[in-house]
Amino acid sequence: MSLMSQRINYRKSQRPSAFAGFDPILTIAVALLLLMGTLLVYAATRNWYAANGLDPEYYLKRHVVNIMIGSLLAWGTTIIDYRLIRAYTPFFWIAGVIGLTLVLIPGIGDEVNGAKAWIGLPGGFQVQPAELAKISIIVGMSMILSERTHDSDAPTHKDVMQALLVAAVPVLLILAQPDMGTIFIISIAVVTIIAVSGAPMRWVVGLLLVAVIGSFAAVQVGIINDYQVKRLQAFVDPNADSQGSGYQLRQARITVGSGGLIGTGLFNGPQTNGRFVPEQQTDFIFTVAGEELGFLGCGFILILYLTVLMRAFGIARRSSDPYGKLVCTGVIAWFAFQAFENIGMTLGMMPMTGVPLPFVSYGGSSMFANMIGFGLLQNVHARHRG
Amino acid sequence: MNQRARLSLLVVQIFIFSLLIGLMGRLFYLQVAAGPKYRDAALSIQSRDVVTPATRGLIVDSSGVPLALNRVGVAVTVDRTKIDRQPDKGVAVLQNLAKLLKLSYGDVYQRTRLCGELPKGSRAGCWTGSRFQPIPITKEADPELALHIVERSDQYPGISATPVSIRNYPGSAGVNGAHLLGYVGPLTEDDLSGANGRSYFRSESIGKAGLEIQYDEYLRGTPGIKTVIVDRKEAVTSTSQNSKPIGGNHLVTSIDARVQASAESALADAVRRARASGNRSDGGAAVVMDLRNGQILALASYPTYDPNAFERGLTVAEAENLYSEAAGVPALSRALQGLFAPASTFKSVSVVAAANAGYDLNKAYDCPSQVEVGTRAFQNFESKAQGRISMKKAIAVSCDTIWYRIAFDEWLRDGGLKPKSNANDYFYNAAKGFQIGVKTGIDLPSESSGRLADREWRKAWYAQNKDFYCNYKTRAPKSQQTAFLIQLAYENCLDGDKIRAGDAVNFSIGQGDTVITPLKLAQMYAAIGNGGTIWKPTVAKAIVKTDGTVIKKFAPEKLGTIPADKATIKFLHSALREVVISGTGAGVFSGFPVAISGKTGTAEVFGRNPNGSEKANTSWFASYGPTEKPRFAVVMMVSQGGFGASTSGVGVRKIYETLFGVQGSRVNSAKILFPSGIPPVGLPKISPATKVKVAK
Repeated sequence: MSLMSQRINYRKSQRPSAFAGFDPILTIAVALLLLMGTLLVYAATRNWYAANGLDPEYYLKRHVVNIMIGSLLAWGTTIIDYRLIRAYTPFFWIAGVIGLTLVLIPGIGDEVNGAKAWIGLPGGFQVQPAELAKISIIVGMSMILSERTHDSDAPTHKDVMQALLVAAVPVLLILAQPDMGTIFIISIAVVTIIAVSGAPMRWVVGLLLVAVIGSFAAVQVGIINDYQVKRLQAFVDPNADSQGSGYQLRQARITVGSGGLIGTGLFNGPQTNGRFVPEQQTDFIFTVAGEELGFLGCGFILILYLTVLMRAFGIARRSSDPYGKLVCTGVIAWFAFQAFENIGMTLGMMPMTGVPLPFVSYGGSSMFANMIGFGLLQNVHARHRG
Repeated sequence: MNQRARLSLLVVQIFIFSLLIGLMGRLFYLQVAAGPKYRDAALSIQSRDVVTPATRGLIVDSSGVPLALNRVGVAVTVDRTKIDRQPDKGVAVLQNLAKLLKLSYGDVYQRTRLCGELPKGSRAGCWTGSRFQPIPITKEADPELALHIVERSDQYPGISATPVSIRNYPGSAGVNGAHLLGYVGPLTEDDLSGANGRSYFRSESIGKAGLEIQYDEYLRGTPGIKTVIVDRKEAVTSTSQNSKPIGGNHLVTSIDARVQASAESALADAVRRARASGNRSDGGAAVVMDLRNGQILALASYPTYDPNAFERGLTVAEAENLYSEAAGVPALSRALQGLFAPASTFKSVSVVAAANAGYDLNKAYDCPSQVEVGTRAFQNFESKAQGRISMKKAIAVSCDTIWYRIAFDEWLRDGGLKPKSNANDYFYNAAKGFQIGVKTGIDLPSESSGRLADREWRKAWYAQNKDFYCNYKTRAPKSQQTAFLIQLAYENCLDGDKIRAGDAVNFSIGQGDTVITPLKLAQMYAAIGNGGTIWKPTVAKAIVKTDGTVIKKFAPEKLGTIPADKATIKFLHSALREVVISGTGAGVFSGFPVAISGKTGTAEVFGRNPNGSEKANTSWFASYGPTEKPRFAVVMMVSQGGFGASTSGVGVRKIYETLFGVQGSRVNSAKILFPSGIPPVGLPKISPATKVKVAK
């Protein structure tokens, strides 16, 4: 009751608009990232599609549609009463788990690059439940860790364990796909949320240890597929597998490096137009920026990410509500480490995993999830006085 | 909100901030610091050079008759990168191909192996190029077979057939010319790495021997290069550079196809004759030089090989044969690489030495059958005791003993085994004056310099071999432990650094350690014939562009003069004429209508053949003609060929017959090659269709 009235008061104190709660700098930065992404997706696909007699705007059109749907989702996520979000969290979570389970069933899940991560829908659409699972994990964990059933200022061990359970079910399902990139990002978000929740530091240290031991064990026991081991080896020595992962990583590095300070200009990158780097419009989109926009363009994208993330930290800090703070923290960790993993992979600093670049890469599920995440930040921002 | 949570948030914030800064740093390194490196790498990924080789320039003789030209052939090539990926490494494909082309599988296999892939010693016929260029099995395939391969590409993966330009040595007038012209072949990795300071494209051919390598930079031309930008599927998306090939320049030589053919057949005949009379005759050479300017008219070496075999595709047997000892190492160009003792042809040098030492050339000297030098008796080799004869007669009959005595006296005068510091060394200095031991400088690759066994050489030789001879019994193999050789080793160890009396007298008759090439001897006799000028022998006369513009003319080059005064040269002229009139060359040239001057030489050779027989003598004939107005120097050498006159002398006579149009004992004026007496001075018109002029 009181929350509701505060929100109304707050909105009244601002302009009477549906967008009143939006943080303008955050919004502009995300909009610019979306614009850059649109140009890069177009640049990545235009010439190749034209040269092969296909519609050169095929990806552009779909990307713009994705952005529009995503914007609606972001807007919806922003204006919705976040108690509603809390209320529906269990449903989101269950839906996510069902999606992740369906993906593993042969005939429903589509296998791409050795991972069963997509559910094919009629009309050539695909959804990637793991993307949406990120949100349900962040929201679910934040809910558990922010609810105080006792007088303590910080979550108890029981809270932490419950929260970990919320994360563990989807994570195990994603592990079965397997999609190590997403697991990496979710794990970091989980640890970050627990750290910021005020839970005992033991948990943070312990979880980090588990992560390190777990990844070793994964390689040893063979949970990680052969292709993933190869990707790791390729990361250590890019010349080892000159046709497969090593080839992609080397091509990516050459493509970025060849852009130089100012790049070849949009649509003019011979490496991009020759499609020497695979997955150019999705996981390796940053190579297009590297070649065609050069250091200046890439630097601009990094500054946009820095702006989004630093703005989001501000929102998290200002939020007096532990739930909002934890949601923000989860979204920050997600965006930051996904962007870092993606760009780092392109630049040869991180092993190769198939994660898209937030707000920039082509791909519906990822775009929707990112925009919902953006909406969550705005939602918390709009209520920071609450 | 508790304090720890606040702190954690700050830590996360700082951590993420530094991650992004890290990305920025890495980005700066890749794009700005290492940018140029990656731009080059990208360029090599995106661009493909399509190289159109330039048409190689022609090599023509002095009248424009083509010695090397280009033909269109059909090449059947093997792509190693493709056949290696077959489950059986391409064995089946190569077997089918061998059957189709009627070749042996072994040959096809060998031809498609990189030399480095094969064990040392069995690399004959291997591919000297790289794995990444199509390897030609033959460039002269039957077009119908080629079509068969192209149509059934599924049966012949990695095999293709394309028309190519091939180098062809047409054999005008019956010329072989392998050693002179050389051949062309693929680039080696060394060539491509720019080891010789030039840059090539992988698909080019370059000269591998002879004139083809010597003048490669002129003959090769500039290939046309089209640089295309390709995509991942190797589809061409754009062209970034396009240059047309520029044809190579033509090389005009001083060779005369008719003289060359004549020299080759005269040499082959000489070898055959010598073999018929029981000599082993493992090789020979013939040189014809214009003694007024050093231009080479013919340069032949025996045994030879087919210069067209390389483009046709060498069989393993052919390739092994090129360097086989049993076959006489056909790859060796004996005219400029073969080293032999000059024997009596050296006496012209001794005459100069004697004259410089003050001996009266018009006096009479004793020519006994042998001369005691120290404790050993040195025999006359080509002649018996002649009594007291004139120096001229001594040259004519090739008396050795005169020279033993003179050389021994001079050796004693120079201090004997304790040489004076200001020794006169007339013989060594005369030889030096003839530039023995120095390359002639001919414009052909791999010339040998020969050896002048003077005091310095002897000292250097001793320093190198002292250990061996002083420990002969432990160092030498069992088979060489004969009493004679042990004694020789003992002597060599004792005073091998000094010129002994035996060395001095041997030197005077062109025996011992002094060796020269047939080309050097031609240069020396040319100098005697022209009155003393040592010319640098040259084959190239000019480089001419395809449109006829002369790019470069090769001017004759004087290298020096022989250390003889006019009287000595006059004496040599009369003595060398006397050789042919009444001396060792008289029989061979009896009834020859053109006056020729010359000198026979029969050199003793120490050592044994692979079959254990003792090596036979080297047969020499060095000459110039016509005597009255010398123009040509002609030298022939047949190793293990027996006597100078009967083997090489007859060969030289045949070459003169061609030069002067001699038939029997008459000159047929219609058959004189150069009616004006001199070879063409101007440059000919160049056309691949030029035919040899044949007199009726």
